[in-house]
Amino acid sequence: MTLQASGLAIAKGHSKLFTDVGFELAPGQALRVQGNNGSGKTSLLRVLCGLAQPLRGEVRWQGRRIDHQRARYQQLLGYLGHAQGLKAELTALESVRFGALVAGRACSQGQALAALQGLGLLSRAHLPVRALSMGQRRRVLLARLTVPPTPALLVLDEPFTALDQASAQAVGRWLEAQVGQGAIVIYTTHQGEGLEVARHQTLDLGRHLGQGPGRAAAQAPVESATPETA
Amino acid sequence: MKFHALLRYATPAHAYTLAGRLLPWLFALGLLLTAAGLYVGFGLAPTDHQQGESYRIIYLHVPAAWLSMVIYLAMALWAVLGWVLNTRLSSMMARALAPTGALFTFLALWTGALWGKPTWGTWWVWDARLTSELILLFLYIGFLALQDAFEDPRQGDRAAAVLALVGVVNVPIIYLSVQWWSTLHQGASISVSSGSSIAAPMLLGLLLCALGLWLHAGAITLLRLRSIIIEREQARQARWLERLRPQRPKGPQGPQEART
Amino acid sequence: MRSVFLAVLHRELLLGWRRRSDLFTLAFFFVMVVSLFPLALGPDAAQLRAMAPGVLWVAALLSVTLSLGRLFANDHADGTLEQLMLSPEPLSWLVLAKILAHWLHAGLPLVLLTPLLALQFGLPGDAIGVLVLSLLIGTPVLSLLGAVAAALALGTRGGGVLVAVLVLPLYVPVLIFGAGAVGAHGSGLGAGPHLKMLAGVLALSSVLAPWASAAALRVVAE
Repeated sequence: MTLQASGLAIAKGHSKLFTDVGFELAPGQALRVQGNNGSGKTSLLRVLCGLAQPLRGEVRWQGRRIDHQRARYQQLLGYLGHAQGLKAELTALESVRFGALVAGRACSQGQALAALQGLGLLSRAHLPVRALSMGQRRRVLLARLTVPPTPALLVLDEPFTALDQASAQAVGRWLEAQVGQGAIVIYTTHQGEGLEVARHQTLDLGRHLGQGPGRAAAQAPVESATPETA
Repeated sequence: MKFHALLRYATPAHAYTLAGRLLPWLFALGLLLTAAGLYVGFGLAPTDHQQGESYRIIYLHVPAAWLSMVIYLAMALWAVLGWVLNTRLSSMMARALAPTGALFTFLALWTGALWGKPTWGTWWVWDARLTSELILLFLYIGFLALQDAFEDPRQGDRAAAVLALVGVVNVPIIYLSVQWWSTLHQGASISVSSGSSIAAPMLLGLLLCALGLWLHAGAITLLRLRSIIIEREQARQARWLERLRPQRPKGPQGPQEART
Repeated sequence: MRSVFLAVLHRELLLGWRRRSDLFTLAFFFVMVVSLFPLALGPDAAQLRAMAPGVLWVAALLSVTLSLGRLFANDHADGTLEQLMLSPEPLSWLVLAKILAHWLHAGLPLVLLTPLLALQFGLPGDAIGVLVLSLLIGTPVLSLLGAVAAALALGTRGGGVLVAVLVLPLYVPVLIFGAGAVGAHGSGLGAGPHLKMLAGVLALSSVLAPWASAAALRVVAE
């Protein structure tokens, strides 16, 4: 149940954002991706989800490439993206229900309400999303991920942004609990502290800036031995 | 593995030099064959008993129409190859073919109009073939428009490949439906020798012109391919371009001079 | 697999209902375009009767083309398209759900409005029946093919005009078979062959178009 990335290079237009990024994550580990704005954190996360193709390198789950087992990989995956990800005209409850259903999880009304309650939004369950604040919308998006069965792999692009301190802590505790139960969590954040888990890696994209191959110093954790594809 | 080795040979750099070598031959041969075809068509083939001399425009019209279809297929094939195999050169070839195909479609339409005027008295006739050519022109324009609408050229290549694939599946259906429409409405039809078999010199003329125009199309496409290769490889700051640069002591420092 | 399809369909229908004013606007556009033709060509009854199938078909085509912009663009902008692409179910299946919803919102209303408008053109009852049937079979094809064009144009600056340029050549067979069915019926040849061809095109596109749209979405959404 390991996630391996090797030799990843991503380009935006004609310039390479980074080259030769790799890591390996076992269940119960967390990875924090760091880097300045524009260093490609979001692009990397999207590649890890299979939404985008890297210029070079590959991502493997349990030894097989993710693009060869898309359905299975996506069943286990929970992604929180940059974009709003919600429809303004749907209520918070409907958003959680539909979000979970689309992600392949059965979700009854009761389960959706429980998920919202877990993030402190029970009182707002029947309000349309357009009536919610930015922080509340992020929490609705997160609530979608808490509907059981929770994903074995969580990829979160700035999960703490726009959340007030109490909510951010609650989310942090929930993520740490997930890691404790054997999930893999990959996240980015601008907030100072990250998750407090026993096995925590950090990937600094700033060390992998590319204008060409060979400039990368492998400050990243364990690189897997899988061969590169052209 | 051998296939991969072959693919490695088909890089833009190699294609550039190969195209350069082929170009003059293609142009020369194309010109020669077209001239021969026109000579046969205008000089040797008999006058059509119904349409007089004006029918002779078909020696350009029919080959142009054939080519417009063949080029569309070739373009779609290269585009899909570039998408599926993720090779840059295949997509560049599709890009090079598209304007040539559109040009020949336009030529077919124009010569069709020139043919229609003395025959039917109007500059345009809604006959099956001309209407199909018109729609084919729209398909080409769509392909060109879509390619250019993307910021990232590789994305543009792939999107255009999907469009070309959809187009290829639709072309027979479109052709069929236009034929259907034309026969049902019993519209005007531009054709030669209704009923009687086509005379041998006519056929020879058509074939020679077709071959000549085909080689000519190949030459134009390779010429365009070379400039597309240069453009795209420059943007990637590819190193093989430096071999092409003439040895000058000093010159304006373009973006490709920056050391990678 | 069916539950995800139904969930997407349900969500689309819910959203369509909550944005019902969009539907009315589209229906009005259809009515307005149809009304332009008599204004442009004169109210001669015989001429209008002859033109009616073609006019209604072209107006339906243009209305559907206009509505294609909303098929994927909103989802792309607010990030919900990504969620669809991350679903474990095949994307082509989910796209089919969206296309079905699109037809229910943008195609079916036109089919329902047609009898009223056809009366304005003096079409006889049986011809109206054939016209409605041709639109019923044909408008889903417009949604299906339109989805491919809408997906392709998603990543571009081209906007609605580009979608129209891409899709209108593909619509030609639908137009020929659809409008031709009424003409064939009127001239005594029977609409059967035309409608059968149209049904064939529907069958083919309902298999190919979702796949092509999904492929286009993956290309474009990077």
